[in-house]
Amino acid sequence: MNKENIKNWLKVNLFSNWYNSIISLFVLLIILSIIPSLIDWAIIKATFVGKTKSDCKAGGACWVFISVWFEKLIYGFYPDKQLWRVNLAFIILILTITSAFFVKPKIKPYILFFLIFIFPIIGFVLIHGGFGLENVETRVWGGLSLTFMLTFFGIIFAFPLGVLLALGKRSELPVIKYFCIAFVEFWRGIPLITVLFAAAIMFPLLLPANTNVDKLLRVAIGIGIFESAYVAEVIRGGLQSLPKGQYEAAKSLGMSYWKMNFLVILPQAIKTVIPGLTNTFIALFKDTPLIILVGLLELLGMVNLAKSNSYWLGMAVEGYIFVGLIFWFFSYLLSRYTQSLEKKFSTEKH
Amino acid sequence: MFLSSGFKTSLKKNLQLSNLIPQLLLIFIFIFIIYFFANNAQINMKARNMTSGFDFLGTNSGFDIQFSLVDYDGSSSYGRAYLVGLLNTLLVAFFGIFFATILGFIIGVSRLSTNWIINKLSLVYVELFRNLPLILQIFFWYFTVLRSLPSTEKSLIIFNFLIINLQGFYIPKFIFTNSHYIFYGIVFSLLTIILIKYYANKIFYEHAKVVPVFRISLFLIVLFPLVFSLIGGVTINIEYPKLIKNFGIFNYLGGIKLIPEFLALVFSLSLYTSAFIAENVRAGILAINKGQKEAAKSLGLNNSQSLNLIIIPQALRVIIPPTTNQYLNLTKNSSLAAAIGYPDLTGAFAGTALSQTGKAIEIIFIVMMTYLTISLLISLVLNWYNKKIALVER
Amino acid sequence: MKKIKINSFAILAFVVTFIFTTFNANANQTRENVIKRGSVNCGVSQGVPGFSNADASGKWAGIDVDFCRAVAAAILGDANKVKFTPLSAKDRFEVLKAGDIDVLARNTTWTLSRDGGLALDFIGTNFYDGQGFMVRKAANINSAKKLNNVKVCVETGTTTELNLRDYFKANKLQYEPVAFTKSDEAVAAYDSGRCDVYTTDKSGLAANRTKTKNPADHIILPETISKEPLGPVVRGNDENWANITRWTLNVMIEAEELGVTKANVDSLKSTDNPAIKRLLGLEGETGKNLSLGNEWSYNIIKQVGNYGESYEANVGPKTPVGLARGLNQLWTKGGILYSPPVR
Repeated sequence: MNKENIKNWLKVNLFSNWYNSIISLFVLLIILSIIPSLIDWAIIKATFVGKTKSDCKAGGACWVFISVWFEKLIYGFYPDKQLWRVNLAFIILILTITSAFFVKPKIKPYILFFLIFIFPIIGFVLIHGGFGLENVETRVWGGLSLTFMLTFFGIIFAFPLGVLLALGKRSELPVIKYFCIAFVEFWRGIPLITVLFAAAIMFPLLLPANTNVDKLLRVAIGIGIFESAYVAEVIRGGLQSLPKGQYEAAKSLGMSYWKMNFLVILPQAIKTVIPGLTNTFIALFKDTPLIILVGLLELLGMVNLAKSNSYWLGMAVEGYIFVGLIFWFFSYLLSRYTQSLEKKFSTEKH
Repeated sequence: MFLSSGFKTSLKKNLQLSNLIPQLLLIFIFIFIIYFFANNAQINMKARNMTSGFDFLGTNSGFDIQFSLVDYDGSSSYGRAYLVGLLNTLLVAFFGIFFATILGFIIGVSRLSTNWIINKLSLVYVELFRNLPLILQIFFWYFTVLRSLPSTEKSLIIFNFLIINLQGFYIPKFIFTNSHYIFYGIVFSLLTIILIKYYANKIFYEHAKVVPVFRISLFLIVLFPLVFSLIGGVTINIEYPKLIKNFGIFNYLGGIKLIPEFLALVFSLSLYTSAFIAENVRAGILAINKGQKEAAKSLGLNNSQSLNLIIIPQALRVIIPPTTNQYLNLTKNSSLAAAIGYPDLTGAFAGTALSQTGKAIEIIFIVMMTYLTISLLISLVLNWYNKKIALVER
Repeated sequence: MKKIKINSFAILAFVVTFIFTTFNANANQTRENVIKRGSVNCGVSQGVPGFSNADASGKWAGIDVDFCRAVAAAILGDANKVKFTPLSAKDRFEVLKAGDIDVLARNTTWTLSRDGGLALDFIGTNFYDGQGFMVRKAANINSAKKLNNVKVCVETGTTTELNLRDYFKANKLQYEPVAFTKSDEAVAAYDSGRCDVYTTDKSGLAANRTKTKNPADHIILPETISKEPLGPVVRGNDENWANITRWTLNVMIEAEELGVTKANVDSLKSTDNPAIKRLLGLEGETGKNLSLGNEWSYNIIKQVGNYGESYEANVGPKTPVGLARGLNQLWTKGGILYSPPVR
């Protein structure tokens, strides 16, 4: 912390030669001219408390916009009196996931089982209704909670399907193999938007007359199938990386195909590709706002709705920054997590 | 003996019923689903008096499109509208890829800079842009940045070249006469460069002498088109955008116009994708171990030689495959155009044309197949390239 | 091996039955579905003041909204049993066809190709309109004939988009369409200066002018370039449902013609006028023809009111939208509003 150290650090890292010095000074100048005015706008001159747009001072950010619309941004048009149901579902989810970090490895598979098979039912009943709970139709679902619901649904839908597709791609049976390859390549070759359009607009025409599957469910399944193709590719990578000895050992023990894959191969393969899987799920999370294009309003959609309310015109920047912070926070957190996993795995190998 | 009996059982196994059943089952289920959907579609359309088929592609569309690379107006057919959309998609993808590559390489190299501030700044850049949803970035550029530009009569004019206002960016248009001569010049210079490259290789292997092919090529690619255009009498006219006033409405006419929807899309696609490319570039350079650089030095190669001959070729081998994947993603992501009304394949064809005709099945099918074809073409090129560099590896 | 296969078949069977039971089978009868569900699903706009617009608390109002409420009153006896789905112009027909809504009341223009080609039924007109243009006052333009080299903001997937092209083509004027999927976005783009002109139905212009930063800065040009009869739409394969919605609208118009209002409908129950008696279901069997109870028309008027009341409350001169009755006046008073006899 002494002066000499700082001087040394500056010399090595910023002013090592003449062109580095020029670049450093230039960049510093730009940063110093931007950051203060940004802080000024976002914090010092900003208005945090109020009820209407007129409470906001000119020249600063109007965070009142966020606080007034906060409930809508998080829950959409979900009825006020029923909000506890959404909250409860998410509290159960968070508790379950955090508990996984503290229990013994033996119990972890049960937690996974709970998350994939039991929790979706609990969550669905809580949020949608049934068993004495009032029905809340999907049309009023929205906001950040919908973003999370879709992401969660996408993961638990895409994961098992992706595993099956990955196994199928390596199958010895030609029909199954080529079907899985074609299936995966098809979904990976088209943009998600066309899938959403197909789910929202085209799919109902393909069902028997007068059957009606909920639009949100159609879209969610579309997203799930789309992501399963990417999951399959990641898991296939894991399967390929396994040494052949693993298969031979399992076979020599007389295991059947399914027993071999589910007890020996997949657990190892999936473990090595957890970083890749997490990246796929980050991509899924970042893709959920696309449902705006078929008229479903998750977080970004709610901001778009709020900013075009005639009492709140001109609030786009504040809204987008809020959305950006939330998405950035979760994506960054997860990507750091994958990076740490990658490091851990690479050290385990060596 | 043991081996052959093992082989026999495996052959037997393949023909076993237990292996045939799942395959037949899959075929059966697949056919059933297709039949189920097709049948329902037919019944539904019949019940609603809807016709199916692609005849509508030949009929007049009746709507205009704001931005098109080929002649198009409302009296053109829906097939033409498809072409307009496809070309607009390719245009955005082309410019997106171009800028994403440049930005990605700059940021990727900066990530390894010894200059602390450059290093950290490029880290912030990468983490910022790749962790935000692309559609949010598009909205941000379109609804906040480009919407806060000045109006037409108060346009920003930069060096009398670039005119910036809320309705778009305008640049002068260069109109060439006899422009085919420039093309001949480029073709001729390319042929010469290939020839020189061939002999340079020969000289390198036989006499161990390095010919500065890159510099010669750079010189030739400028020289020949210039010479050819002088011979062919090529002239250049510059058409500047002109401010026209119609009552109180101002408008720039002439020149090349870039609409805000296009700009927002190109900005966000290139920024978003460049963050991913930067990571590929960084990984590619890091993948070459220090030994390679030191070996190059010990061979007596100077800095630029070792960069050109040793480091870049090897780094590219690592960088190119994942980067091509990013190009593919960028092309697919350009379909987000629909969110801000840029008339691409999704916006103009799967959007406007679909709602004017109601041909949901046909149009979505066409659009999906188009994207699929583009994707498969790009991955074919990628596979071909991968094979090629694998061969070089020996 | 065998055991596993049986298990997987059982799972498959379970999944298939599960999926099919979540399907809402036997939906051919929209009326029965509505009764079973206890609410009418109504597609409306994403916010056109006076026609269908939600306030901050999520409560919908407008003449299209009133129509939906009237349908609910007719079938379910309670005008509040409506669920509104805001839709963009681009999505509206597909959502209706998909069965996500029962009726579309979203200032939709009745045209031959939509009625026939899209397999939909337009059940009448609840607002006679025509397309117009809005420009900034600063543009100094007082006639649509003077619009040349302009950028026009328009909602995509509408008849507006097609009329726009016809108008400029016919008058040999140059323009550039800037198409948006949401009317909100088109208005915001025009307001920001992205376009010089905003075009939609004149009622929509008046309504959307209230959404600009300074409504006084904009004028609506006098020309009307098209006929736009706006009306509710239902799927084309359910005659009973089409009749219910059609006669809901007719009852509202007929009620105004006969002077029956929300306020006096109870006292008129003891009237001797046979036309009013028929209208209120006190004579004849109007409800039975629609498979409804005889109270249906009374419920509409009692809970929602007649057409004139709905008009004055939502788009009339005293509202911010401020549209005179014009063509939408009764045929007896100089307009073209005319209901077939309710008998």
